[in-house]
Amino acid sequence: MLLIHCPYCEDTLPELEFTYAGEAHIARPADPSALSDEEWRDYLFIRTNARGPHYERWRHVGCGRFFNALRDTVSDRFLMTYKAGLPRPPLPQETVE
Amino acid sequence: MMTSQKHDFAAAAIRIEDVAPTLRLSLRVKPAHRETLGRALGLDLPTRVGTRAAANGTEALCLGPDEWLIVAPEGTDPAAPARAAYAQAPHSLVDISDREITLRLSGPAVLDVLASCCPRNIAAMPVGSAVRTVFDSATVILWRDGPTDFRMDIWRSFVPHVCALLAQVQDEVMADL
Repeated sequence: MLLIHCPYCEDTLPELEFTYAGEAHIARPADPSALSDEEWRDYLFIRTNARGPHYERWRHVGCGRFFNALRDTVSDRFLMTYKAGLPRPPLPQETVE
Repeated sequence: MMTSQKHDFAAAAIRIEDVAPTLRLSLRVKPAHRETLGRALGLDLPTRVGTRAAANGTEALCLGPDEWLIVAPEGTDPAAPARAAYAQAPHSLVDISDREITLRLSGPAVLDVLASCCPRNIAAMPVGSAVRTVFDSATVILWRDGPTDFRMDIWRSFVPHVCALLAQVQDEVMADL
């Protein structure tokens, strides 16, 4: 079973307490009505579908909080987790090729 | 109640009992107003997830960075001073007494029984702490009152499912499986 570190509980807990919630750092446009159909489609549906490190959102049932994680989609390894609202951190050195 | 009829064994390895209904309040308040509101409630609201504070029969459990569960005896109104402090410390305080049913689980086999359906390492929970976790996918709040003494708050509609599982695990424990 995967163990995931919750940045709010400051504890590493089994994945059954967590729910995946899609890609992270997708900001809702400030003025949706000003967007073209293509831009709106991109915002709603187009995702990076990364092979390798992927910034994504997770929710922990324990504290009821969404947070962000960097997970390698190939190895399923969690490289880091951080609180929601923080800027996207750079990739850890060892994963950059 | 759905509690199993099987808890009459002599020297039971696990006892499952209903706990009398209590008043439960869900408190949401921003960290900036935590201290002010805590003073109004007469409780030092804990800031670390999973820790508890108690005063005058009222108990507060920190569930998240801005979320607390307050448990008090039925018939009391711990929310009254909070209403008076609303202007200084805006918050949300909701009565959720009927949302959950509480079971007390105790006995030497309680850790094994809980480990059967809880993914978390229950044995590592400090006595006097409490966590929100899952019991076979049903969200529960687990309070550790003693080394082998737990309370479990279960959402009302999940109680039949949780009790059926507990009864089955209890059978397996009694049969030494």
